[in-house]
Amino acid sequence: MSPAGNRPGNDGVNADVAVVGAGPAGLAAAVAAAEAGAAVAVVDAGSQPGGQFWRHRPETIVPEPDGRGHHGWRTYVDLRSRFDAARAAGRITYLPGLQVWMAQNYDGGFTLRTTPTVAGVPPRDNGSSVARTVVAPRLVLCPGGYDRQLPVPGWELPGAMAAGGIQAFIKGNAALPGKRFVIAGTGPFLLPVAAGVAEAGGQVLAVLESSSGSAWLPHLRAAAGVPGKALEGAEYASIFARHRIPYRQRSIVTEVLGTNHVTGVRTAKVDSVGRVRPGTERIYQGVDVVGFGWGFTPQMELPLSLGAETRLDADGSLVGVVDEHQQSSVRGLYLAGEVTGVGGASLAVLEGLAAGTAAARGRALSSSKTMWRHRKFAQAMHKAHPIPPSWQEWLTPDTAVCRCEEVTAGQIADARDLLDARDARSLKSFTRAGMGWCQGRVCGFATACLGEGTGNQGAAPSVGSLAGSAKRPLAAPVAIGELTALAEPAETNLQTKKN
Amino acid sequence: MNAHHNASPPSSAEDAVTLTVDGRVLTAAPGQSVGAALATNGITAWRSTRKNGRPRGLFCGIGVCFDCLVEVDDVPNQRACLVEACDGMQIIGTYPQNERGQA
Repeated sequence: MSPAGNRPGNDGVNADVAVVGAGPAGLAAAVAAAEAGAAVAVVDAGSQPGGQFWRHRPETIVPEPDGRGHHGWRTYVDLRSRFDAARAAGRITYLPGLQVWMAQNYDGGFTLRTTPTVAGVPPRDNGSSVARTVVAPRLVLCPGGYDRQLPVPGWELPGAMAAGGIQAFIKGNAALPGKRFVIAGTGPFLLPVAAGVAEAGGQVLAVLESSSGSAWLPHLRAAAGVPGKALEGAEYASIFARHRIPYRQRSIVTEVLGTNHVTGVRTAKVDSVGRVRPGTERIYQGVDVVGFGWGFTPQMELPLSLGAETRLDADGSLVGVVDEHQQSSVRGLYLAGEVTGVGGASLAVLEGLAAGTAAARGRALSSSKTMWRHRKFAQAMHKAHPIPPSWQEWLTPDTAVCRCEEVTAGQIADARDLLDARDARSLKSFTRAGMGWCQGRVCGFATACLGEGTGNQGAAPSVGSLAGSAKRPLAAPVAIGELTALAEPAETNLQTKKN
Repeated sequence: MNAHHNASPPSSAEDAVTLTVDGRVLTAAPGQSVGAALATNGITAWRSTRKNGRPRGLFCGIGVCFDCLVEVDDVPNQRACLVEACDGMQIIGTYPQNERGQA
């Protein structure tokens, strides 16, 4: 678009480097860029720094959090004090409580249009719940990710939650969303979630992991490269022992039971490809919360909307391609954290530091050995905790896949088989899967898998299908007034949402 | 709304936040989200789906899924997991009373 559209106006913020996100990667990027001498603007959807990983109770209530239940809290405290110092020195303009609904590149820079995360609530603290437009020649995107989901019969019942949602509830509210929990899915993240529930006083009836410990055997060398992870593992083992939490491998939830709320789960043992082993069925009664997590989905809409090149990572996620300085295929656009490959907070911090330094034209940090070891570990983790290839066999035709538009597995299979809709985008037009409020964020991966069918690709959709699902004309729901206020609307299919 | 378990009500009544949910008065610990205020008071469903009228409450818990949408002080479609519960807030759900009850 023309430069006229890039003038920030009264509500605008000009910076040398714009950073989106204030989690591990975003905080690190902002601090590194500011310390390298750049004027930095940080836009974050949260109302205070920390992101999902370092989510803590509102600082207005608990001014000095002790970091209990957190990992890498010392890193957070260090980054936070540097962040606050840079703010005080006027090097960082911090814009919390704002979501980017549109990012545009223009000749030599980027424009971010934002909207308050929570509409109609008077601004608190920093007073920046008023939409602002940020303009900067360099942009670091650190939007993080969220739990990846596989549908299962009954998962739309209240009480069924994302595993990360349970953890966020505990971290942010110092309370529990229920009393008796089952945590299921795959990956090491199930451990801190269950441990957090138990430490907060909840009862964990079982943790069900679809993979098995032996899946780690080929990857021990990679695991040994990051000894901190073994320590974390030992910590969880001791919490599990203390609270007598059963950890059942090669096990899945085959159905969430209940009419208007979760009352229990039906479980089964599975083989190495995820096929249910007959006769291993078991029912847990008296469950009021079941948490699901199948790895993570990076938030790719902003990198995609700016045209960044993507690839499939070892876990089947769509991620951005970056060079050794975290720069994407788009000049001046840097990516750090989960959007370059799900790898956890330690890696996200290292990537954020590298990206922030490079974006500020500071002395380039070369890719460190530590970063390389963390990446190797992440790849090993993904390979040891794959999406079970046979997961589609767990569904019934009635299973809801798209929670928003209530589209079933049967409807998607029909569109695939009768109408030859094989990618997430075609399935969306035929069935409305992914067309609701969340815009396919929750069902996008599963829908893309279902489009591929139950063959070899049934757990690994293509780049094209995932990108089609994650390309969203609006990166966040936005009021119609904010759209019409654009001097020159971008040539996108702008939709407003109504429910 | 689905009367379920009373997970952990606010411990100190003194600095508790009072809000009204479909006419019912609830208390929450200061700084809790609207979603947490509802859930800790045993209310786990407050939205009714458009097509099948099914109950929904918290799912992703971090503002991604929009399952927990609720009206807050006359502003519709707010994510209960993201809005901080404040004294005097009026919350209105769409999951009808007569369908609430046992799971």
